[in-house]
Amino acid sequence: MSATSTRMPLAHALNLGLRHAMEADDKVMLLGEDIGQLGGVFRVTDGLQKSFGDHRVVDSPLGEAGIAGSAIGLAMAGYRPVCEIQFDGFVFPAMNQIITQLAKFHHRSEGTISVPVVIRIPVGGGIGAIEHHSESPEAYFAHTAGLKVVSPSTPQEAYDMMGLAIRSDDPVIFLEPKRSYWLKGDVDSGNSPEELQKATVVRDGQDLTLVAYGALMPVALKAAEVCQSEGRNIEVIDLRSLSPIDDKTLIESVERTGRMVVAHEASRTAGLGAEVAARVQDAAFHSLLSPVIRVTGYDTPYPPSRLEEDWLPGLDRILDGIDRSFTY
Amino acid sequence: MSSNTEPITLLNAEGIYSANKALPLDVDAVDATALYRDMVMARRVDTEAIALQRQGELGLWPSLLGQEAAQVGAAHALKPRDVVFPTYREHGVAWCRGVNPVDLLGLFRGTTLGGWDPAANNFNLYTLVIGAQTLHGIGYAMGIVRDGDVGTGDPARDRAVLVFLGDGALSEGETNEAFVWAAAQNLPVVFFCQNNQWAISAPYSVQSKVSVAQRAQGFGFAGVRVDGNDAFACLAATEEALAAARAGKGPTLIEALTYRRNPHTTSDDDGRYRSGAENDAWAALDPIDRLRTYLTSNGQLEEAILEQISGQEKSLAEQLRSGCRALPNPGPASPFQNTYAELPWELEQQMNEHLEFVEAGE
Ligand SMILES: Cc1ncc(C[n+]2csc(CCOP(=O)(O)OP(=O)(O)O)c2C)c(N)n1
Repeated sequence: MSATSTRMPLAHALNLGLRHAMEADDKVMLLGEDIGQLGGVFRVTDGLQKSFGDHRVVDSPLGEAGIAGSAIGLAMAGYRPVCEIQFDGFVFPAMNQIITQLAKFHHRSEGTISVPVVIRIPVGGGIGAIEHHSESPEAYFAHTAGLKVVSPSTPQEAYDMMGLAIRSDDPVIFLEPKRSYWLKGDVDSGNSPEELQKATVVRDGQDLTLVAYGALMPVALKAAEVCQSEGRNIEVIDLRSLSPIDDKTLIESVERTGRMVVAHEASRTAGLGAEVAARVQDAAFHSLLSPVIRVTGYDTPYPPSRLEEDWLPGLDRILDGIDRSFTY
Repeated sequence: MSSNTEPITLLNAEGIYSANKALPLDVDAVDATALYRDMVMARRVDTEAIALQRQGELGLWPSLLGQEAAQVGAAHALKPRDVVFPTYREHGVAWCRGVNPVDLLGLFRGTTLGGWDPAANNFNLYTLVIGAQTLHGIGYAMGIVRDGDVGTGDPARDRAVLVFLGDGALSEGETNEAFVWAAAQNLPVVFFCQNNQWAISAPYSVQSKVSVAQRAQGFGFAGVRVDGNDAFACLAATEEALAAARAGKGPTLIEALTYRRNPHTTSDDDGRYRSGAENDAWAALDPIDRLRTYLTSNGQLEEAILEQISGQEKSLAEQLRSGCRALPNPGPASPFQNTYAELPWELEQQMNEHLEFVEAGE
């Protein structure tokens, strides 16, 4: 812990990241529903309108296409808008703007236009919420060329990645694991963060590589601990960047361990796990002692909250996936 | 009909009725006691649900406090064959439509994503994505037109769609698309906007410079602005609009100007964005008090009726409390079984894998 380090929940770390970015660059501005006086429904923007005024922290009308689309125009005018989508399930009205416009401007303009827009979305389940409040839409974005997609898992990462995302000249879809908003950790605001497109090895091990991101990171670390007590040494990787994917870190790891399990909350079919598995099998086929195993949500809509505990891939299902890898 | 003017009131805050040429109502034909009873019951559903949420039985509840006249007034204008497309706050309309009030709780308890059969009472499932239902109403109305159920003059046949929306929903692109379709195709649809003046923390001024009702003009159909705490005005406006729709005269947008006196939902903290004084001012305009004063001064609310209503309220409360706890948890196979009409083999495999895992954990 350095002198600038403070313990805080992940939501506060995001708030601090936004605040520091706004202080550093007066072109940074925020758009979203209820982000002003209310501070957002998760209070991530708490106090920012008070500090920076309603020209820089804009309570938008209730329209997501409007939020994303106007952010594109603001970016063209030289601003760095950071949009808040209130909940994962409500990003879909904005998808046209994000997919057909935001993702493509740089390409269409042959590189002359950049659209440095950050779209923040609280994602994932596990908080007992009602319909449309627990979605994992990352694959839709990762499938779209031109977007960067990232997801932090600790307060430090949240702080660092927010700064990096805002400074990025590319559009960034910033997925905030809402189950982790209240997760506390030390945040060093004087840190010089790693680049945005970097996965991190958060735990070294020799026997198997376990890959996860966002809200599943604490579960993955717990799984590694349990395995340790059973004599299996698990390496844990936080993917962090879901697009582009840092295959180098993944491949180096699996070349050492020979096994990989990848876990995410989103449905299995065409999910991030499929992409990770394909890349690793392509590049490190001869190092693999078993197939890459996916532990994921099922191919059903997110269920009513009374079922989510079992539906979500938790500790037991991850351990089960690890066991399966060792049956080969 | 007026649009950007003062909202039309038929029953004022003192409970006095006065006729208004702009919004005709055959007041003698109105069953005001039934309106009163339904408003009281709607409020009771709300109060009980909030209590259940506080006891941890519900994850969340969107309160309708203060919006009873708008909902019950509008609902009393419906005929059985009319079809309702609600948001997530239309508990009073659901009540009037005959939906079992216990079934309203499942979505908020986390036992279901629906809770009732939409076709049974022509009352569709709640919609949480703001504005999405407006377009469903359009499509349904197109179907009604193609079925020849509009403008026949046969009251048993003609029907219409009643779409509910909030003032915030006016800003969604989809709502505006719905307005375009409704106008261009002259559809038998009535949009009933409860302007409770807040979309979570955003006051109406964040959404619009002009009144809700005035916006209809730009799309090319009628807009009418009524006092949303006046059950008579809400009833009269909806009756007129639905009659026009059923007769093939096209859409209407009704603005019922009212106020959400509770926070947006039980998770919201409205102390962060609005004043208690504003709330008090609206509490003084309470729609139930207003109708009770009217009925009492007209000698229509005898002790026996009041007693009967309070008895019905008590049994409703009991029904909600015991019914909520008894709502069945869905089985672990249900998400898999209900994802497609036909279970794909791969999903069946996932289901079996899941059931094995759940059983092993028990
Ligand atoms: C597409 C979409 N965006 C955001 C939300 C989050 N949200 C839920 S209710 C609400 C405010 C709705 O206001 P209004 O339409 O006026 O209806 P009210 O709740 O006041 O009845 C918001 C922003 C949502 N449900 N759907």
